Amino acid sequence: MESHAGSSARSLLFNQNPGESSRNLPRRKLIIENRSGLFDMDWSALWEYREVLYILAWRDIKVRYKQTAIGVSWVLLQPLIMILIFTVIFGRWAKVPSDGVWYPVFALTALLPWAYFSQAIIRSGESVVGNTNLVNKIYFPRLLLPLSTIVTPLVDLALSMVLLFGLLMYAGIPFTWKVSTLPGFIFLAMLTAMGLSLFTSAMNVKYRDVRHAIPFVIQIWMFVSPVVYPVSLVPENWRLLYGLNPMAGVIEGFRWALLGRTAPDPVVMAGSVVVLFVVLIAGMVYFRRVERQFADII
Amino acid sequence: MSDIAVRVEGLSKQYRIGARQRNHGTLRDHLMSNLKSLWGRNGHSPLSRNAGAMASTEQVGASETIWAVRDVSFEVKEGEVLGIIGRNGAGKSTLLKILSRITEPTHGRIEISGRVSALLEVGTGFHSELTGRENVYLNGTILGMKRAEIARKFDEIVAFAGVEQFIDTPVKRYSSGMHLRLAFAVAAHLEPDILIVDEVLAVGDAAFQKKCLGKMKSVAEEGRTIFFVSHNMPAVTRLCKRVICLDEGKLCQDGISHQVVKAYLHSGLGVMSSREWLDPDKAPGGEVARLRAVRVRTETSESSERIDIRKPVGLEMEYEVLRGGYKLMPSTVLYNEEGVRIFDCVEHDPAWRGRVRPPGRYRTTAWIPGNFLAEGTMFLSVALETLDPVIMQFYERQIVAFQVIDSYEGDSARGDFAGELKGAVRPLLNWSTVFNPEGIQTSR
Repeated sequence: MESHAGSSARSLLFNQNPGESSRNLPRRKLIIENRSGLFDMDWSALWEYREVLYILAWRDIKVRYKQTAIGVSWVLLQPLIMILIFTVIFGRWAKVPSDGVWYPVFALTALLPWAYFSQAIIRSGESVVGNTNLVNKIYFPRLLLPLSTIVTPLVDLALSMVLLFGLLMYAGIPFTWKVSTLPGFIFLAMLTAMGLSLFTSAMNVKYRDVRHAIPFVIQIWMFVSPVVYPVSLVPENWRLLYGLNPMAGVIEGFRWALLGRTAPDPVVMAGSVVVLFVVLIAGMVYFRRVERQFADII
Repeated sequence: MSDIAVRVEGLSKQYRIGARQRNHGTLRDHLMSNLKSLWGRNGHSPLSRNAGAMASTEQVGASETIWAVRDVSFEVKEGEVLGIIGRNGAGKSTLLKILSRITEPTHGRIEISGRVSALLEVGTGFHSELTGRENVYLNGTILGMKRAEIARKFDEIVAFAGVEQFIDTPVKRYSSGMHLRLAFAVAAHLEPDILIVDEVLAVGDAAFQKKCLGKMKSVAEEGRTIFFVSHNMPAVTRLCKRVICLDEGKLCQDGISHQVVKAYLHSGLGVMSSREWLDPDKAPGGEVARLRAVRVRTETSESSERIDIRKPVGLEMEYEVLRGGYKLMPSTVLYNEEGVRIFDCVEHDPAWRGRVRPPGRYRTTAWIPGNFLAEGTMFLSVALETLDPVIMQFYERQIVAFQVIDSYEGDSARGDFAGELKGAVRPLLNWSTVFNPEGIQTSR
């Protein structure tokens, strides 16, 4: 009897549960060495640690509106005030054309993907540096850090979509089958944000200048994206160059899917997608190269 | 069971100190090194001083590089508990960081079979805004548990930490003790095949440290592979059968724990029988008092590493009182090599009892009578507190060590017995044996 009590007390720690313990699984051999290949990304580790991605995103969402008075209302308040100002300044005073769509709706369809993108990029810069304690003390694929920062603003996007749909109905704009392509454009926005945040998150570890540069760059970027004006305003022979901005393609797609007036400019779309993948792949290579030194230089 | 769990081959890790300095240096360091360079090249920058303690330095091109770990190879069998010792900067932490995949090696490779959990800190990732419940999930997931696994063990974890009532309170409202207990409870419910532990025991009070050590021991008994890095030699020898010792990034000893620990202590790399702080600014302590020397002595010699079990031993501490007007309480704690705390002892000198002490240098010696300690390695901690209210001025743990050697001449407590004797102390008691052929009378 006594020995039984002893062993149950001992098993309190590192409780061995036969059904669960990894000992019953075939052991995966783990090799640790200097890996310097360009595309040497450990994809299986990403999958294995998927719950860490989930928990990091959950933590950020959970913490974001703690100790705020109006909480989640911020998500709706920000775009509301923005389109109010845009409508007055660009719609009324500057008389910016809006492809024949009511200006507030025209601006909001672009503002939401843009807000998602800028949020993701601004947060991504801090994604590694802001988690120094984790980077220094525990292993998990570092890629999950920027990845989590492009996932969390999706919640804001989803919430503010409700606002957008309400406004669309108010304006009497009918939903068509094109709405079903929206997730595709959201995915493009995510890939764009991912590609860029691979650079910003890793670069900020080495050069903290990045955190000062990001808000500034984002501000300029908004004006070279068709947020407050339509692409049709851009001169024909500038379109190709304009399309090199992947967010131009995303916003064009949003407007097409929701407003359905003008088909996305094919030159702009093609340019966007090509640039998007170039940035994404280059970002992977860069991140992978710097990632190896994160713990040493952070 | 004798499968290899971890195989380390030719492992090396190089750091560029220049790069580290740029990122780690504070503004003050930069200003200081700039100022010093104005006076010429004989000023030591803060980093070159560290580097001296860290590892061999060498010049590669313009930037200085160091090998924090250099060509280290060893194998660990499944179920083995391996201690890793070495002085500060010998490469222990770097080795652990490579083993736990936090940083990549420069050369060499490690093969690991099994699930690895690294505890380089208790409570990694705890977020103060989140509740205890949320932090259990957060911390557990980051440590590698699956959500279902945490959910299943949740009640057990909370009960283990003893924070049931506060589980839905943000941890920022927790006391530091509760915080630590909850964090440790999560870590204690991991189920790794290979556990890597680094100085986790350096935090928390004595009771917590004891709990940690107890848990580590039970994990070891379950047959899991453990890497244990510590400066706590008694704990290392108690937990590990095998110990490796690092010096300047290289593996210098690998063998049975008490032998390696002993060699380490004797090599001058580790704890010696005396320590002195010549530079008062670096001596332990603060504005009131600083420790200047600790020695183990005998009646005939000022400092001695080997003590005859029959002879008295003097535990001596020298300290400088910088600000007078306090009542002082010097004290010592003695541990044996198994980590057993033999005694706590506070200065008892009638001449100073209740008296405030003027500034100046003091030497306080506690004499342990002969024929009291058991044989083996003893570790001495010294502390100084001011009274009313009690404030710790310094507490240097296991700062010196000495060996107690038993005599085999029949005049110590072992008599003529030549085998192994157990017990924390070995007092020579008053024995008497009476012979009476008619039976022993009960009244003397």
